[in-house]
Amino acid sequence: MTAKTRAAERLARALRLESLISPDPSLGLVAMKSPNDPTPSLVIDDGIVIELDSKASNDFDLIDRFVVAHGLDLEIAQTAMPLADEELARMLVDVNVSRDELVRLSRGLTPAKLTAVMSTLDPVEMMFAMKKLRARKRPRNQAHVTNRKENPALLAADAAEAAARGFAEIETTVGVSRYAPLNAISILVGSQTGRPGVLTQCAVEERRSLQLGIQGLTTYAETLSVYGTDACFVDGDDTPWSKAFLASAYASRGVKIRFTSGSGSEALMGYSEGKSMLYLESRCLSLIRAAGSQGAQNGGVSTVALPLALPGGTKSILAENLIAAWLDLEVASGNDAIASHSSIRKTAKLMGQFLPGTDFVTSGYSVMPKYDNMFGGGNFDSDDLDEWTTIQRDWQVDGGIQPLSEEDALKIRRKAARAIQGVFEEFGFPQVSDEEVEAAVTAYSSRDIPDRDRAADVEAADTVFSKRVSGVDVARALDRSGFSDVAEAVLAMQRLRVSADYLQTSAVVGEDGEVESAINHPNDYSGPGSGHRLTGDRWDRLQALPHVQTSTAAAGVENTDGQFRFDVVGEARVRHDVAEVVVAIGPAFLGSLRHTIGGLGHRQVIEAIVEGVRSGGAEARLVQVRRTSDVGFIAHDAAVLSGADIGIGIQSKGTAVIHRADLEPLDNLELFGMAPVLTLDSYRAIGSNAAAYAMLGQPSPVPTEIDNFARVKHIVRTTLMHAVETGAVANDAPPIEIELLPSS
Amino acid sequence: MTGLDPDTDYPLGTRRPDLISTPSGMSLDDLNLEQLRAGVIAGEDVRATAETLRMQADIAEAVNRHQLAENLRRAAELTRVPDDVILAVYTALRPGRSNAAALEEWAQTLEETYDAPAVAAFVREALEVSIARGLIK
Repeated sequence: MTAKTRAAERLARALRLESLISPDPSLGLVAMKSPNDPTPSLVIDDGIVIELDSKASNDFDLIDRFVVAHGLDLEIAQTAMPLADEELARMLVDVNVSRDELVRLSRGLTPAKLTAVMSTLDPVEMMFAMKKLRARKRPRNQAHVTNRKENPALLAADAAEAAARGFAEIETTVGVSRYAPLNAISILVGSQTGRPGVLTQCAVEERRSLQLGIQGLTTYAETLSVYGTDACFVDGDDTPWSKAFLASAYASRGVKIRFTSGSGSEALMGYSEGKSMLYLESRCLSLIRAAGSQGAQNGGVSTVALPLALPGGTKSILAENLIAAWLDLEVASGNDAIASHSSIRKTAKLMGQFLPGTDFVTSGYSVMPKYDNMFGGGNFDSDDLDEWTTIQRDWQVDGGIQPLSEEDALKIRRKAARAIQGVFEEFGFPQVSDEEVEAAVTAYSSRDIPDRDRAADVEAADTVFSKRVSGVDVARALDRSGFSDVAEAVLAMQRLRVSADYLQTSAVVGEDGEVESAINHPNDYSGPGSGHRLTGDRWDRLQALPHVQTSTAAAGVENTDGQFRFDVVGEARVRHDVAEVVVAIGPAFLGSLRHTIGGLGHRQVIEAIVEGVRSGGAEARLVQVRRTSDVGFIAHDAAVLSGADIGIGIQSKGTAVIHRADLEPLDNLELFGMAPVLTLDSYRAIGSNAAAYAMLGQPSPVPTEIDNFARVKHIVRTTLMHAVETGAVANDAPPIEIELLPSS
Repeated sequence: MTGLDPDTDYPLGTRRPDLISTPSGMSLDDLNLEQLRAGVIAGEDVRATAETLRMQADIAEAVNRHQLAENLRRAAELTRVPDDVILAVYTALRPGRSNAAALEEWAQTLEETYDAPAVAAFVREALEVSIARGLIK
């Protein structure tokens, strides 16, 4: 092959659609450490901070001022700041240093100090620290539910399925902003149909978002974006104070909030001040805690591909999740926006959050195909759900998604689509037709759903605001349309707004309906045997994937009556000087197994071999070898019996060998190990080649196909079929000569 | 401080429902299907009271989450502030939206009309920083 062809093949890989660049600190294109990052410092004079991270107080920008005013505990700082970076790093990975102690110290650490500590850790140390510092005991996950047609029945069905799959929060958004109230109502109804207690949000402009919360149609919001430089903040039309005020406003209306930030946004907006992405993110996080947010959504989020273009980008993203956890914030750790074209690369990145577990492993798993994801695609989507649950099973790790059978999925989808149909009817909104309901149950994407009158829908949506339709009204409409259980679940969400328990750190609603936060379910990991361990019922549940088979079913045992489908002529004799091929079958052949691993009927296989032998001019004699299941020995036994010293051995799974009596049993003339790819023609050719050997000819070896995936595809059935064959072995039983029964 | 113990009293909704009511005085138990059918639950009444948010603030403080507690205390005050006023104050706090007098006026309104001293102080702090950083109209 020429070098040009090699290069072309590699250029065609999806990965090469991405641009990787060398760091350029002047543009903020550097992941963890820029020469322009400040040296950590904190100088306090008479209780007043006069220097923060090498900057004098006169030069403090908005973020410095906010962090100094609200974010630092100066007393703790006096003991925390003098600790060496390496010492703090060692404490992070020391099981004997508690989360409480580390969180206490974090109250006195500056943004540059937090960043400096991160630069001393390697990825596995970061993962370990993450496991220890996560706020809530059990990791959870968040789903994204949207579709291009903004179809309410499909939104409700997808939200219900997401809830039934165990997502603790569901976020929607809009293509057309006036749709917001309808989408909010659709996922509220859907989520509560799937599992009562799932929190929902609708990501739209702040005023609308707050209004939806006020009306009880959503229960959380994570749209409060912050940035690591003043210029970006002002560009985003906010200040730390306006955002913190908004956070209090949401809380006053009983809405859970978390702020959003992420590596790369400052460089993308052109105002990085030449600082590293991690340092700027550390400033964001210090600000987020100072503002009194219970949590943060970070980890690159929508700009994730920018840090991933740089050396250490994936590591830096884990570092920013870790700083958030260290600052005692709930962490929804990204993995939502498409990080890479390469499945390998994005899955490798995911492991940083997936293995240690974060409060929300993704801050939005697309439960629809990418086509319908209005957040810009979705890093992992509905097509990947089985992969995700399989990887959980592989690692015995709880990534917050439960397997769901197709039958259960369809049932819950139908109920949710009917429920939103009922609500629309009660509210006098444009009808959701039966056709839409049925399409929503089974649709792959919104392409499979009838179109709606969008003008009429947005008109109805406007009335949700003008008539102040509330969560209570939704409950009433559900009750009136016969969905009183869903009505009760929506009412329960309203009760949550009254008790406000979910405003505490890392709160979700557990399966028992009680709020589960870092207060009553704190992460108590303190080494092996402690913390959230995937064992017991939860492990049973996460390993029971719908497509898992029992070993008996996978083995393909077809009868257990012990009856063979052939007649026994008698004990097999050794013959001499006869132009014959002895064809020996294994102990379970035509007994409890009746087909090869490739799905060929045993009888047809034998007939093909016999036909091949005869076409080659030799006689064929059928025997069964019962003392072994090893195909080499079976074939050798056959050869020893043969009047021409040539035998064919064939196992029940279809593996065959041509043997000669004078060879060692584990040597052979030809081995056909790729049983799954053998056809009846192959077996015919095996027969005729064996005949040629018997006639002292020089046949060319039978050509066989090679399938590199045969092993991974068939190893389980190979093992199980071989176990059945071995189970049928009778140690001292002599070979018997057999005759096929007439075909039925 | 209300003397709440996070270990035994949280979540308030399930452990101490006796302490929780809606602004009109309905208990959590009253927010049920029967009352819904009877038409006595009003959407705007289903929200946390200032008292409930102060209790949550105390719980946050008791588990050493000082800033979250401060946020919840501001939230408690904001329960008394109408939606349109909240949105107007938010807009006023955005960069370059207000002059100093307007922001000071909002601080006074929050303090005097709505008995929201912590929020008022927060607005004044924003005013001071906005002047220092040139973000005043």
